[in-house]
Amino acid sequence: MSRQSSILAPAPLFTKEVDSKTLDEAIFKPTESFPTVRWWIAISITGSMLVLFVALLIHTLQVGIGTWGNNNPVVWGWGITNFVFWIGIGHAGTLISAILFLLRQKWRTGIARFAEAMTVFAVICAVIFPVLHSGRPWLTIFWVLPYPNGQGVYPNFRSPLLWDVFALATYLSVSVMFWFLGLIPDLATARDRAVNKVRKFVYGILSLGWKGSHRAWVHYEKAYLLFAGLSTPLVVSVHSIVSFDFASAVLPGWHTTIFPPYFVAGAVFSGFAMVATLVILMRKMFHLEHIITRHHLNSMNKIVIATSLMVGYAYAMEFFTAWYSGAVYEKFVFINRAMGPYAWAYWTMLTCNVLVPQLLWIKKIRRSPILMYPIVLLVNVGMWFERFVIIVTSLHRDFLPASWGHFTPTWVDAGLFIGSFGLFLTLVLLFVRFLPAVSAAEIKGVVPGAQPSHGGAHD
Amino acid sequence: MIESGQKKVGLVGMFDDPNTLIAAAKKVRDSGHRAWDCHTPYPVHGLEQAMGLKDSPIPTITIIAAFTGFVSAVVLTGGLNAVHYPLRVGGKPLFSWQAFVPIYFELFILFAALATLVSVVVYCKLLRWHSPLHDSGLMKEVTGDRLAIVLESADEEYIEQTCRPLLEAAGCTDIRHLFENTDDEPTI
Repeated sequence: MSRQSSILAPAPLFTKEVDSKTLDEAIFKPTESFPTVRWWIAISITGSMLVLFVALLIHTLQVGIGTWGNNNPVVWGWGITNFVFWIGIGHAGTLISAILFLLRQKWRTGIARFAEAMTVFAVICAVIFPVLHSGRPWLTIFWVLPYPNGQGVYPNFRSPLLWDVFALATYLSVSVMFWFLGLIPDLATARDRAVNKVRKFVYGILSLGWKGSHRAWVHYEKAYLLFAGLSTPLVVSVHSIVSFDFASAVLPGWHTTIFPPYFVAGAVFSGFAMVATLVILMRKMFHLEHIITRHHLNSMNKIVIATSLMVGYAYAMEFFTAWYSGAVYEKFVFINRAMGPYAWAYWTMLTCNVLVPQLLWIKKIRRSPILMYPIVLLVNVGMWFERFVIIVTSLHRDFLPASWGHFTPTWVDAGLFIGSFGLFLTLVLLFVRFLPAVSAAEIKGVVPGAQPSHGGAHD
Repeated sequence: MIESGQKKVGLVGMFDDPNTLIAAAKKVRDSGHRAWDCHTPYPVHGLEQAMGLKDSPIPTITIIAAFTGFVSAVVLTGGLNAVHYPLRVGGKPLFSWQAFVPIYFELFILFAALATLVSVVVYCKLLRWHSPLHDSGLMKEVTGDRLAIVLESADEEYIEQTCRPLLEAAGCTDIRHLFENTDDEPTI
C-alpha cells in the first residue's frame, strides 16, 4: 500500500530533512568560506585557457581572420560553428528557468539559478565569435546598429544577420535581467549573513535594499511570472532566427524549412547536456547532493532523451526530404554528408547525438551521476559536430565543382575554441564563488511546511 | 534593546509558522491599521489576501510597453528601409513587413522586459537602502528563516494600547520594538 502511494506521489525534492536554516548554510557556505583547493585548481586551469583566449583574440585582431581556416567556399568555419554551439548551450538555462516555471515543475528550483547563469555566460561566449568574424570588430557596432549617421544609410532590416543582432541583443539583455531579478532576494540574504563590512556593503548595494516585504513580493512574483512568459517565446525565437541565417540562404543543406524547430530542439538538447555536465561537478564540489538530487538528474536526462529523439527525427527527415524532393543538388549534399570527406564528422555527430543517449532509457544510468557523465559529455561533443557538419559539409561542395574546396582548422581556430571554454568556465567558477548558485528564496518556499496548510486565505 | 540615539517607530511580531502569520495578518487587516507590512524570506502563498493587498498593476505596464516596442519596430524598420532611404532588396516591396517580423517580435519582448524590471524597482520600492528594519537588526532573521509583521507608528501609547494586544491576540509570542537610529550614519 505504502509502496503504491510512493509510486504515484511526486518524488521528494530533498533527500534529507531540510529547513530554511540548513538550506542557507548549504547554499551560502561556498560564497562565505575561503575557496577550497579544488576550486583553486579548477580556476587555474580555466584561467590559463582564458589567457589563451585573450592572446588569440589579440592575435586575430592584429593579423585578421586570415589566421583562421576559413577559405573561399567555406567562408563560415569554426567561428560560426562555435557561435551556434554557445548560443545553443544557453538555451537550457532559459528553458529551465522560464518554461519549467510556467509548467510549475518544482524540481527546477534546485538547478534554475545555475542554468540561468550558464545562459548569460554562454551568450557572452557566443557573441564574441560573429563579432570577431566580421573582420573589423571595432566597426561592427556601426554596421549592425541603426544609428543616425552622415551618409543617411541604415542597415537592411530584411537580412537574417540583422535579425540575429536584434535577437541576440534582446536575449542577452532579457537573460541578464531575469537572472538578476531572481538574485535580488538572495543577495539580500547574503547581505544579512555577511560579517565582513565590505561584503555587507557590496551585497547591500546589489540587493537594491530588498526587505522581503510582502507588499514587494506581490509585485515581484508577478514580474517574475511575466519574465518567464516573455522568455519562453524569446528562447524559441532566438534559435529560430539563428537557423534563419542558414535556412534563408539558397545553399542545399541549409535551405530547408525544418531548421527552426530542429535548431531549437538541438539547442535544448545540448544545453541540458551542458547543465548536467557542470551541475554534477558543482553538487559534488559544494556538497549540494541533498538539494540537487538524483531525481533532478533523472528529470534532466528524460529531457535529454526526448530532445535527442527530436534531433534524430530531424536528421532522418533531412535525408528523406533530399530524396523526396528529387533535387540533384539537395541529394548530392546529403550523400556527400554521410559518405564524403567529412563523413567521419557526420557519423560522430550521429553516434553522439542519437545512438549514445538511448542508453538513458535505462533508469539506473539516468540516476547515476557517474554512468550518465560520459553520455552527456558525448552529447556536448556531438552537438558541436552537428553545427560543424551543417556549416562545413554544405559549404565545401557548392553548385560549381570548380569552386569546391576543403576546410582545415588552424591552431588559432582550435585555440579560440578551447579558450572560449576558458572564458565560460572561469565565469562559472567565479559565479559559484561569489553568488548563491541555488536560489535560496525559491527553495525555502518549497520546503515542506513553508507554505500555509490551507493553501491560503480566501475570505 | 533601545539605546540612546535610537527612537521607537513601531512594533514587530515575529513568527515561525506561516499559518499563524496569516491569521495574525487577517487580524491586523481588519483592525484598520494602515502603515504595516509582513516581511518573509520567501513569498508565503495566500498572504496577499490575508493582508488585503490589491493585484499588481505590472502586467498592464508590461503589455503597454510591449506594444510600444512593437510600434517602435514598425516605425524603425519601415521608416528607415522604405521612407528615409528606400532600399530595394530582391525586388520585394519597400515596406516588406513579413521580413521585419523578427525585429517586431524582438523589440516587443525587449521593451516589455525593460518596463517590467523598472516596474519592479518602482513598485517594490527598491533602491531605498535605509530602513528601521536594519537598525533593529530584524532583517538578519527575516531574510534567513523567520516571518515578521511590522506595525509602524510613532505614537507610543497607540503602540502599547492597540498594536501589542492585537499581536498578542494573534498568538505571537515574540514581540519587539521597531526602532530607528537617529544619528546620520548610514546602515545597509
